[in-house]
Amino acid sequence: MDLIISNANSQPIYEQIFTQIKNGIMSGKLNEGDALPSIRALAKDLRISVITTKRAYDELEKAGYIHTVAAKGCFVAEKNVEVIREERLKEIEEHLKKVSELAADCGLSDGEIVEMYDLIKKEG
Amino acid sequence: MNAIEIKGLCKSYNDFKLDNIDLVLPSGCIMGLVGENGAGKSTTIKLIMDAIKRDAGEVLVLGADNRSREFLSLKEDIGVVLDEAYFPEVLNARNVNSIMKNTYKNWNEKQFSEFLTRFSLPLKKQFKDYSRGMKMKLAMAVALSHDPKLLILDEATSGLDPMVRDEILDIFNDFTRDENHSVLLSSHIVSDLEKICDYIAFIHRGKLLFCKEKDRLLEEYGIVRMTKADFEGVPEEAVKGKKVTGFGVEALVLRDSVSSAFTVERAGIEDIILYIAKGDK
Repeated sequence: MDLIISNANSQPIYEQIFTQIKNGIMSGKLNEGDALPSIRALAKDLRISVITTKRAYDELEKAGYIHTVAAKGCFVAEKNVEVIREERLKEIEEHLKKVSELAADCGLSDGEIVEMYDLIKKEG
Repeated sequence: MNAIEIKGLCKSYNDFKLDNIDLVLPSGCIMGLVGENGAGKSTTIKLIMDAIKRDAGEVLVLGADNRSREFLSLKEDIGVVLDEAYFPEVLNARNVNSIMKNTYKNWNEKQFSEFLTRFSLPLKKQFKDYSRGMKMKLAMAVALSHDPKLLILDEATSGLDPMVRDEILDIFNDFTRDENHSVLLSSHIVSDLEKICDYIAFIHRGKLLFCKEKDRLLEEYGIVRMTKADFEGVPEEAVKGKKVTGFGVEALVLRDSVSSAFTVERAGIEDIILYIAKGDK
């Protein structure tokens, strides 16, 4: 598994771990039941704080991507279709927000945006 | 369990007072102690080892009060390196090994000689002919070779070159792979602490200004550079320190309280402590 942590990145370190492991699961690089490195080993190998690593794992568990087995470690959880759908919807919403901001900036009407969308669909 | 737990620690001298220090170092973590010369870092470390008597407060080390009988045997589990390493001048590394073998129950001869090789320390050179770096490395090798659970280091990396310092940081990093192992180190070299620590404690003029998770500090604080007019729009409680010049303002701020229209740059631990120390004046 690849994990690249950047200090120059404005994204907090726990978020960087969270996003990269999440993306690994979404893209199928990590599969259900795969064991994740232990918190301590990951922290020490990446030379980052143990607390931060634990926080990332806690968030992943809360979001349903991984689960912890006592004394055994953390594993990739069963892919939850609902969670993934939710995630995608959130992403689409973000993009649409951006679109509406940009449209407002240059005075584009909603109709014109729908037209543009239809065109993209047709081309695609 | 907590490796070190300090509550309401006070110590007064004629011209200096260590005032009401509260500190907790959870087991398995590395804590960095920063502060200017004379801030009280070494005093705190000496009080933790009960090398000087505290006036008030409570100090638990590895679960035991540091004035209890139990602490005497716990000293076996603590490796201490102070800013100056002292061994009798005519001893060489081999002599140190024989002495330590009879001092510590858990002395690990093999590990000691591994550290000597790793640090390229000669076996036969007398201590008086050691350079400062070599003295430090020998002290470090001794501290690490009796299977300690807690390492306490006072300015141990200052005076060493960047390569050796990095190597020593690696050793601390590896040391804490075991969750029962903890490290408390003080240093002027804030970048070293930023690289390695889980927690940063900042002592300034005898007072503890903060003791926080390092990554939370880096997340919470940021630096803004803006015109004086723009700066007036920044809420006062968000500003933790500022520098005003004829051209504009540079300030340490709480990221969350600043409008996202402004670029907030990453603040290093050094920026954070410098601004906060200045703001404290």
